[in-house]
Amino acid sequence: MSLDKDTVKNIAYLARIRVADDKLEPMAGELSSIMDWIEQLQELDTEGVEPMASPVAVDLPQRKDAVTDGNCQDAVLKNAPDSEDSFFAVPKVVE
Amino acid sequence: MTKLTDLTIAGARDGLNNSDFSATELAEAYIQAIDAGGDLNAYITATPDVALDRARASDDRRAKDAPLGAMDGIPIAMKDLFCTEGVLTTAGSHILDGFVPPYESTVSANLRSAGAVMLGKTNLDEFAMGSANITSYFGPVKNPWKAQSGPLVGKDLVPGGSSGGSAAAVAGGLAMAATGTDTGGSIRQPASFCGIVGLKPTYGRCSRWGVVAFASSLDQAGPMTRTVQDAAIMLGAMAGHDPKDSTSAPVAVPDFEAALNGDVKGLTIGVPKEYKMDAMDPEIQALWDQGIAWLQAAGCTIKEVSLPHTKYALAAYYIVAPAEASANLARYDGVRYGLRVAGDSLDDMYMNTRGEGFGDEVQRRILIGTYALSSGYYDAYYIKAQKVRTLIANDFKTAFEKVDAILTPTAPSAAFALGERQDDPLAMYLNDVFTVPTSLAGLPGISLPAGLNGAGLPLGLQVIGRAFDEATVLNVAGALETAACFHALPGTDKGAAS
Repeated sequence: MSLDKDTVKNIAYLARIRVADDKLEPMAGELSSIMDWIEQLQELDTEGVEPMASPVAVDLPQRKDAVTDGNCQDAVLKNAPDSEDSFFAVPKVVE
Repeated sequence: MTKLTDLTIAGARDGLNNSDFSATELAEAYIQAIDAGGDLNAYITATPDVALDRARASDDRRAKDAPLGAMDGIPIAMKDLFCTEGVLTTAGSHILDGFVPPYESTVSANLRSAGAVMLGKTNLDEFAMGSANITSYFGPVKNPWKAQSGPLVGKDLVPGGSSGGSAAAVAGGLAMAATGTDTGGSIRQPASFCGIVGLKPTYGRCSRWGVVAFASSLDQAGPMTRTVQDAAIMLGAMAGHDPKDSTSAPVAVPDFEAALNGDVKGLTIGVPKEYKMDAMDPEIQALWDQGIAWLQAAGCTIKEVSLPHTKYALAAYYIVAPAEASANLARYDGVRYGLRVAGDSLDDMYMNTRGEGFGDEVQRRILIGTYALSSGYYDAYYIKAQKVRTLIANDFKTAFEKVDAILTPTAPSAAFALGERQDDPLAMYLNDVFTVPTSLAGLPGISLPAGLNGAGLPLGLQVIGRAFDEATVLNVAGALETAACFHALPGTDKGAAS
């Protein structure tokens, strides 16, 4: 198995996803079988091949550095699970 | 007269122009059908009030001889991945609980400007990740088709995915057409499973602005319709350069419908030898051979081509797409919108929210993506997969020096039973073996229904074209459609009426 339980626990922390302890083992099994299958890519010689990040070759367009939007605080906050005085509210982060 | 809910866009347009019926009557017929067809679970949110408002506005425009859009009064469904102003948008996920966008996606805005009438938001695999529409938080979608013989008789079948709700709605008479999005096959494979036409345009043809992101270098919106002509009409209404999407192509949108002349004489069609799989379903092979014969009869030259890196496409895709997804889905943090599950600290809240809000398949893909992008593995997996992507794109480039379009099956099987392949992610990924390479290369591909298998279920053929040459793709698909004469309709519960 290419990914063990501890590795999965660590990735899950990096991705900020709570995976219950009893689900780590089955998840490790599933992810390992997927990663083992992906291993076939190593058969290919890709020496000197340019990695492709996007199918569009055009340069990223630039626009004028100007304010094009704004004054919509209510709309921005409307979907927030919690907000206070026109701010997003989160659990306390400083002691 | 044909039932209003059986009409094509082109047919309805004629009927509206001749005042045979009004846009309001059309919308009402569909609203009734949606009410009666709840068993398919094709819609997450029906929007009858929006539909009636827009239909009446369309009727007013006609009454006043005001300028009409290309889809004026046409009732369509919107995949619930497109943000719609003031209408719940879920992406099929628990984590977007209660999210009502304050803005409209460019594609849905374009359709609205073209006069289209939105009937509602269709079900999908969670964040468009899936090939059977079984990963939605809002439950699975049922395929309106039923097997007429064999082991699947009496079973509910999957509609394919991820645009399964859109495909089931169009096939089941719950929408005249629908939007879909395709990252690795999510328009074409469900179109094939449900016996409709599904077109994934060239990457960059339709704006991604306001579409909930899955894998940004692959995602592309497209039409799901009953005919090739309808796909041409609808693509024209959806497409166009959008400054709000930096990958949207600054190219003119041709009149796809006008270009659809049915003349394919003299075109060279490629048949990729690597798509002949060892354990190919003989019915799929027979359909493919039939497609080749139809195009030959229509005056095309058939040429075998080689796409040598095909067998590595799925593996490359399952690094590239999850990597991009893990980055895109980082935004769901319980702070700005959607679900929040309380925790003792900020980190705790993030972890609880994302652990509860994302379903199993989405979690799997985020974890794979996170792993592939993590330090020490980035070069071995992510860069490697991007290099393989280059090789796959080059395969197509070389092939298109010799051919004008490529013909393949859309999917390796017909629709399967709900519950099948559910516990085996890898078996599920194989559904997209014929569609993923095109997505990696960013090329346009269409699936059209070309026949029924022995069990009476629809099978699709795929036509792939050069970048921004949807016109040829549509024309070849049109020639196949004429030859296939596919008029079968699913009779929900009653079976197929041919």
